[in-house]
Amino acid sequence: MHGRPRKAPTDEEQEASSNKAVKLRDLQSQVLQFHRNKIYTKEAIEISAKLLESNPEHYTGWNYRKLAVEHLLDHLPENGVDSESIQSILDEELRLVENALKRNFKSYGAWHHRKWILSKGHSSTDRELRLLSKFQKLDSRNFHAWNYRRFISALKKIPDEEELQYTTNMIYDNFSNYSAWHNRSVLLSNLLEKGGKGYDDRGTVLGEEYEFVRNALFTDPDDQSGWFYHLWLLEQTLQREPLFLSSWPPNGSTLCLSIDGYLNSQQSWPMLHFQSKARTFPLILYFSEAVEGVSSSTVTVESEYNAGGDLIWRPLSPKKFGFSQAWLTDLKFSDKVHSLESCPVKITVAHFPGIISSSGMPCSQSCHLSFTVCVPANDQERSEVQTAHRISLEEENFKALATQSEEAKLVHSLSKLEIEKVNRPTTCKQSLETISNEIAHCQELLSSTDCKIGKLTLARLWMARNTLITYGSTDDGTEVHYEDILALYRDLMKMDPVHICYYEDEYSLALWKQATSNLVSLLKHCYQYQETSSSPSMNPSLCVRLNGLSLSRIGSMEHLLWVQMLDLSHNKLRSIEGLETLQLLSCLNLSNNKICSFTALEPLKKLKSLQVLDISNNEIGAHSIDTRRYLCSSPLNHALVSEWHFDKFASDDVTLKDHWDAYLIFDDLNLIQLEIMGNAIVDDRLRSFLFKLMPSLKWIDGESKCD
Amino acid sequence: MEEAESYPPIDPSNFDLIVIGTGLPESIVASAASAAGKTVLHLDSNPFYGSHSASLPLNDFIPFIQSESQPQSRNLTSDDYVSTPVATRPLYSAVETNSYSSEPTENSRKFNLDLAGPRVLLCSDSMIDLILKTGINQYMEFKSVDASFISSADGGLENVPDSRSAIFKNRGLSLTEKNQLMKFFKLVQRHLGDDETEDDKISDQDLESPFVEFLTKIGLSQKLKSIILYTIVLADYDQENLEACKDVISTKSGISRLALYHSSIGRFPNANGAIIYPIYGQGELPQAFCRRAAVKGCIYVLRMPVVAILNDKDSGEYKGIKLVSGQELFSPKLIIAPSFTIPSTPNHDAQVANSDDVSLSDTKKVARGICITKHSLNTQVANCLVFFPPRSLYLEQSTSVRVLQLSSNVAVCPSGMFVTYLSAMCDDNVQGKKLLNAAINALFSVPISGNSENSGASNLSEHAEEKPCLLWSTLYIQELTTFQGGLDSISKTPMPDEHLHYTDLLDATEKIFKEIYPNEEFFPSINVSNDDEGGGSELDS
Repeated sequence: MHGRPRKAPTDEEQEASSNKAVKLRDLQSQVLQFHRNKIYTKEAIEISAKLLESNPEHYTGWNYRKLAVEHLLDHLPENGVDSESIQSILDEELRLVENALKRNFKSYGAWHHRKWILSKGHSSTDRELRLLSKFQKLDSRNFHAWNYRRFISALKKIPDEEELQYTTNMIYDNFSNYSAWHNRSVLLSNLLEKGGKGYDDRGTVLGEEYEFVRNALFTDPDDQSGWFYHLWLLEQTLQREPLFLSSWPPNGSTLCLSIDGYLNSQQSWPMLHFQSKARTFPLILYFSEAVEGVSSSTVTVESEYNAGGDLIWRPLSPKKFGFSQAWLTDLKFSDKVHSLESCPVKITVAHFPGIISSSGMPCSQSCHLSFTVCVPANDQERSEVQTAHRISLEEENFKALATQSEEAKLVHSLSKLEIEKVNRPTTCKQSLETISNEIAHCQELLSSTDCKIGKLTLARLWMARNTLITYGSTDDGTEVHYEDILALYRDLMKMDPVHICYYEDEYSLALWKQATSNLVSLLKHCYQYQETSSSPSMNPSLCVRLNGLSLSRIGSMEHLLWVQMLDLSHNKLRSIEGLETLQLLSCLNLSNNKICSFTALEPLKKLKSLQVLDISNNEIGAHSIDTRRYLCSSPLNHALVSEWHFDKFASDDVTLKDHWDAYLIFDDLNLIQLEIMGNAIVDDRLRSFLFKLMPSLKWIDGESKCD
Repeated sequence: MEEAESYPPIDPSNFDLIVIGTGLPESIVASAASAAGKTVLHLDSNPFYGSHSASLPLNDFIPFIQSESQPQSRNLTSDDYVSTPVATRPLYSAVETNSYSSEPTENSRKFNLDLAGPRVLLCSDSMIDLILKTGINQYMEFKSVDASFISSADGGLENVPDSRSAIFKNRGLSLTEKNQLMKFFKLVQRHLGDDETEDDKISDQDLESPFVEFLTKIGLSQKLKSIILYTIVLADYDQENLEACKDVISTKSGISRLALYHSSIGRFPNANGAIIYPIYGQGELPQAFCRRAAVKGCIYVLRMPVVAILNDKDSGEYKGIKLVSGQELFSPKLIIAPSFTIPSTPNHDAQVANSDDVSLSDTKKVARGICITKHSLNTQVANCLVFFPPRSLYLEQSTSVRVLQLSSNVAVCPSGMFVTYLSAMCDDNVQGKKLLNAAINALFSVPISGNSENSGASNLSEHAEEKPCLLWSTLYIQELTTFQGGLDSISKTPMPDEHLHYTDLLDATEKIFKEIYPNEEFFPSINVSNDDEGGGSELDS
């Protein structure tokens, strides 16, 4: 069924097909006529059969048949309602479907009609199984047939074990059968969930499956179907409960709320400060994978001075609806508290069950964290309005951290504030052994075969091993060097340039992890920012620089929740998904990347503290067709997050029409400074549009609003 | 011996071609000649079709190989011609039969024992092509040989990983070996493929080198080499010992045999693997060709011994034959079965006799054996092949021993029994017997036999319960004659060869036909109603 070349039709064939079209159109209009007028006579039904036999894709035809069957069943003579006459009506439908399927194996409508008839419960499922085995012999990979098989086996209540054996036989016949492997994964999931005889030990069952598929992988490493099954197995092995990884403010820290960002000289390290006008600050919880169910009933916050009642938790990076790795709420201190020195806050994550990963695993172990918040007594003293000045992100303003600098100490102190690993459930030793075993086999295969999907799998296995070790208890062995993983991805980019974007993304995740997975390595990317020309009263800021690393996407934010200044310039970023987690971010450099639309900046909308943004020298507007442009809320769909404030603009202003996507992003931002030059889309009209849109904006590309 | 009067007269008495003997080569030539419009008379002294390619009931089998019909010594005189008596010489020797149970002999007629076993058809080989081309598949039915095994180091039998799915299923190979073997199969596929990229091709230098060296060069393990050489390429002699090997297979021919094997898998949707076997035995094949010849006008007379060759008195040229009935028949050409010897005539140069002498001294031999049991070698399968590569039975084993087990589902034995054929090339009878006995001891448990005490006693006791017990067995040595060109008007066909397939025998047969009818096509293509359907319906599902 696969790989048949197409041939251009000859003149005769063309003529035949146009004749056929005329006939089909005639049949079709007749059937539609019957359908409209609810005519279910014998002749009408026969004509519909003719139509469906020659064109099984006619959905209305199938629907008409269903109505006709209902009609016939309802109008059976009162005294003659016996199973035989019902049977004959339904058998006629089965015969029709069979003929239709002979014409087109892959007709959704025909298969569906058959299911509909079978679900009436009058037909023999044995017959269906025989038919299926015929179909599956002719085309063993046809997923319609496999799908129908699942339907029939459920109807007939065939034990999953039997069906599993069937998939084994089909795979023995030909192991490049993705449908068979897929059915196997479905059946095994059921069996493992039920945990019946022979399936109670998950590890052993998966181990046997690894061995089974390994034979396929070694026999033909270029065949993908086995690798897909292997990937599914890997997922099953890595399935574990979601872990609470980190928070902001960090566990054990002391947080100082201030208005202006200036440090009080009396304040000593380690102390974090946060600029807040309304005495609120964000509280962020970060998990090992996307979870749902973070709410005031699963997370308790104990603090005397919390003004709000129940906290509202919001998912920060909604990848799948309702699931997110990072969750956000706002803690607010009552205005009545004027001279509060320190306020302890205690938080228990997963106090009550309800936090669940997207694969359905619950976060079962509760985790405690506490920090202290200082609200300066004299927070009215400083004048509220600072004369803001333009930030220059020139290289000269960055200095590597001296080991003994205050900033270095801060980073070190942060590293001590990790959530205690003791609280984490111990890694399943078996999972780690399985992964290590698979790594060994994969390396054996690669030693003799240069196989891209094998390399990709090895890279995935190494990453999985590192994840298991970093999230597990401490004595689980050593991590794989990230350099090795990166080398594999570099190799893959050369071997398989068609999928370079995917490899670049995976490379970025590994590199990101290498740079940020522990605070010691992160320290190498921490810089001190101080403008040489600025007044000495200006305190140096801490900046994390992950620039010039060829990153194409953003990775895990586990250790970065505290970052306020981030330099991601000179990478290959196409997307910045994940940055929305950095709620404290006030200065972001995305210059010299590959961002090609304003809509790609959507994550920035959630960064309420962002003041300085550099998106110069990207590719916004450079591509005439931007596939991402419509992936966000827009005037074209109705899922608007915020309302449109058209009144800001004169009704005859054409710029809004041209730049609705810019409007969408920047309307929510409170930027003071924006660097945007070097993008194809930029012109004076856009600049004035942006000034109009953001009243807070003072400079665009160094030119101030007044100019 | 029947009375001469009981032989019917044959009319007419002149033919384009007379063929004596209904073995497979004779039958194919008779059929091809009839197809080419020649008038053909086909004679056999036996009451059955097939001669040396026949399948016989058990009780007829031993008498046939023990004594060929003796020369007729009457009515030899001819009025107009020089009459040279025809003699036959025995081609089988050292026949050794053991009967441990009376059950097989009591059911003699339920057996169809092949004289030239083991032999099978590869679904894509030239014999199958000919069968389809001539349409004789309508007279025959085939069944799959379900599995091939190779003897493993520990004395057990392992599945031969001959295809992608067989490699996947195999339990005897390491993962790396699976990887290597499949890679090798793909290498061959690419080499034979249409893509004209030089990188994918095996170099000419490699193609000319011995196959075994090429396999070593690309890094295949000993086990894989053995599997490829002896179970797929079907090498006879130890390829690892290049000096002593009588038939070194080049990479080129190794690869083409491998390709033939692989194209055989899946050719017919209802055949499991690469190999099939005709129901009722190999003897069906010559019979089917005879039937086709008869349809095309060939005249058949069985039970009709030929007593003399008639030569022209002056020139000494072949003119015709004299039957046991005394009737004289004439043809410009004569084909005779390999068992006939024609002593030199006074008028004629003694070339025929000479060539026989030469072939006698130079003859290769093949040891054949048949075993009858009540249990299968492998409980999972009914029909299977087993290979003992050189040095697998004992160190000095220099040729491959091949084994074919057949069950009652191909109608060669009573239900519940199994017939197993064995064969091996040998230099002499002693060596031949030793090879077969070693294989028999490895496969079966032999009742009350001195052999089982000493050689491989530990093996035997270990597997004693699993091994099928022998009910009946016979071993014999068959001479191999090769076709060395016709002599004037008389051509002698070859004996069934040592191979597991018919390819070489068919090639030799075509050569004979070409020699006697250089201007005729060997089975001209006729429009056999669609080939595919013929092929598809060929096997009993």
